[in-house]
Amino acid sequence: MNKPGLLDRRQVLTGVGGAIAIAATPLPAFASQEDLDRARRELFGDRLIQEGRVTVKLPPIAENGFSVPLNVSVESPMVADDYVKRVAILSPRNPLPNIAQFHFTPQSGKAVVATRIRMSGTQAIQAVAEMNDGSLWSGSMETVVTLAACVVL
Amino acid sequence: MIRASLLLCVFAISACQEAAQPSQQSALTIEEIRSGYTFLTAETQALQDDPFANPGLLWVDRGAELFQSTIAGEASCASCHEEGLHGVAATYPAVDESSGVLLNLEGRINQCRTQHQSLDALAYESEELLALTAYIFNQSHGLPANVDISGPAEAAYQRGYDYFQTRRGQFNLSCQHCHTENWGKQLRGDTISQGHGNGFPAYRLEWQSLGSLQRRLRDCDTGVRAEPLPFGDPRYIDVELYLAARSQGLALESPAVRR
Amino acid sequence: MASIRLAVPKTAQSGDIIEIKALIQHEMESGFRRGSRGEVIPRDIIVRFECSFEGVQIFAADFHPAIAANPLLTFHMRAEKSGRLLFEWTDQNGETWRDSADLEVI
Repeated sequence: MNKPGLLDRRQVLTGVGGAIAIAATPLPAFASQEDLDRARRELFGDRLIQEGRVTVKLPPIAENGFSVPLNVSVESPMVADDYVKRVAILSPRNPLPNIAQFHFTPQSGKAVVATRIRMSGTQAIQAVAEMNDGSLWSGSMETVVTLAACVVL
Repeated sequence: MIRASLLLCVFAISACQEAAQPSQQSALTIEEIRSGYTFLTAETQALQDDPFANPGLLWVDRGAELFQSTIAGEASCASCHEEGLHGVAATYPAVDESSGVLLNLEGRINQCRTQHQSLDALAYESEELLALTAYIFNQSHGLPANVDISGPAEAAYQRGYDYFQTRRGQFNLSCQHCHTENWGKQLRGDTISQGHGNGFPAYRLEWQSLGSLQRRLRDCDTGVRAEPLPFGDPRYIDVELYLAARSQGLALESPAVRR
Repeated sequence: MASIRLAVPKTAQSGDIIEIKALIQHEMESGFRRGSRGEVIPRDIIVRFECSFEGVQIFAADFHPAIAANPLLTFHMRAEKSGRLLFEWTDQNGETWRDSADLEVI
């Protein structure tokens, strides 16, 4: 017999189980290396990507994943017949593999860009650059993202 | 998982208290006082020091506009405070002479609005109040806190001190336990700071926004699993006064960048 | 209303590569966070930034939710003549914010 106002054992167990299930489920399914590869194929197709010419700079340790300084530079003279068209920034561990895409022109003068990004955990950020001749180059860097002492969200 | 490991860490600190290490101290000495800035990584320090990219300056800019602007035909802040408010924020919280009430800068701004400008008080953490507070605090950048804790402020200072010393929340920790007795130690990825308020209003990376010192105090209370006080509660203003006096000459850094 | 901060040198020599910085106040709500009642906070982000000089695009960026709140961009331009730089941010709903800065080439 159920007393009004009191929870029976089943209700309590379902409630507790549900709460645990919610607490244990990270909201987004996090991306993986396969997701990064897929995102890269969507941007650049199956063309060959060579390592080099692209330098990714991140701090060795990021004290908060909400705002990590990122600097990407690509070796290029940035003149009308030899320049960087675009650079894609990709993550193997964020909820989404795409972070940003930067579009340059010969008037950019140099292919260097800096911004601040979100990183959900320690990972290697990859940058892929497409030159005006269609060739693709990449570089990457890993950063350790630490966990804050008192997480209050 | 994150919650669980946090619990463990904080219990570890609680356990430290029981062990009563002889080196633990009950007050900070002048020589060891350090701003929260010194606990940041070089990259975060550089962001605070950048006169362009410090994101807190977005609020300072907005505050400068609001300070000059006329709202609903009422006098602007600048029409009374023509010379600006250099050094003024450093003296807050301060006892209001007419009412005898301890006011922080947010309270003083709202008093101006309601008594002299016939405007509504601004809510805590509203963009406008944060902007005005940051703009006025920024005019005391580099100066040490210069609060009066004598006379009518003495009782408020004592209440703030008591709040800081009192165990609270499910973790049964006082502010003192982390920020006076265990600063410099690791708590997960963080180094525990001395808990000074000299950078506030500050841009916290965790908030991804500028926020008031009271928002920070609420986070600390929540962190030890205590019920935080409402924004603007007089008990938090007492704590603000105690913190300003406790920081013993540290330069004000608002808008600072903090974790 | 979004606050914008621009850092553009007032003058440059012809042929100089100048550094440009642009900062805008925006929460860049990722769509992956939950509120205090467990509800998902809807995504609200800037998706596009463009910088042009006298009508010619210099630099552009596409943003995803992993760009930090209050987006900051540092990029460059080869200065060849005097003129006006235009900066434009567009959010996911098509709302735009604009600002400009003048450059004198001497």
